[in-house]
Amino acid sequence: MKIKVLAFGIAKDIFGSPTAELDIIGDTTADLKDALETTYPRLRQLASYMVAVNNEYAQDNSQLTERDEIAIIPPVSGG
Amino acid sequence: MTPQSGGIDVFIGTVRDVTKGKRVLRLEFEAYEPMALKEMEKIAAQTFEKWPVQKLLIHHRIGVLEVGEVPVVIAVSCAHRDAAFQACRHVIDTLKQTVPIWKKEVFEDGETWVAAHP
Repeated sequence: MKIKVLAFGIAKDIFGSPTAELDIIGDTTADLKDALETTYPRLRQLASYMVAVNNEYAQDNSQLTERDEIAIIPPVSGG
Repeated sequence: MTPQSGGIDVFIGTVRDVTKGKRVLRLEFEAYEPMALKEMEKIAAQTFEKWPVQKLLIHHRIGVLEVGEVPVVIAVSCAHRDAAFQACRHVIDTLKQTVPIWKKEVFEDGETWVAAHP
């Protein structure tokens, strides 16, 4: 499945772009993370990162569709 | 503020000039705006539920901030100070955990995204 991902903070630096497009096998957040970490191994060095689907934090088993707005959320540091 | 309000607790975050002994030149903030607003509204709703809050303000800036500038302001008014203190603390503590805003610290010899690496 073709997935477009928004990236922020250090994830944007790792992707070298505010967005990334990936063709993933499977349709869950876990499948997306696998594809991301294969394509961008530096993601594994982060303390952690979350995936947001349509502006909500997603669980690893969340189902993804090509119409969803998906974002990579590295550790937040507001305030 | 409302006539019933007995206490307003305001937290003002300011940009410090040093982190772990290194001189900070400036901070650069970035947000995933739609989700940041959504998460802020969730925090507000939680806070109204948990404490007898009358008025609540959450304000966060993005972009480049110099030392001494103010990235975040939280203000909570309640009938009594105890609730105001607790609610205000809850809001800023939770904001730092859930709201998708990121800050990059710019030093003389480089820059880092805060909390990114273990």
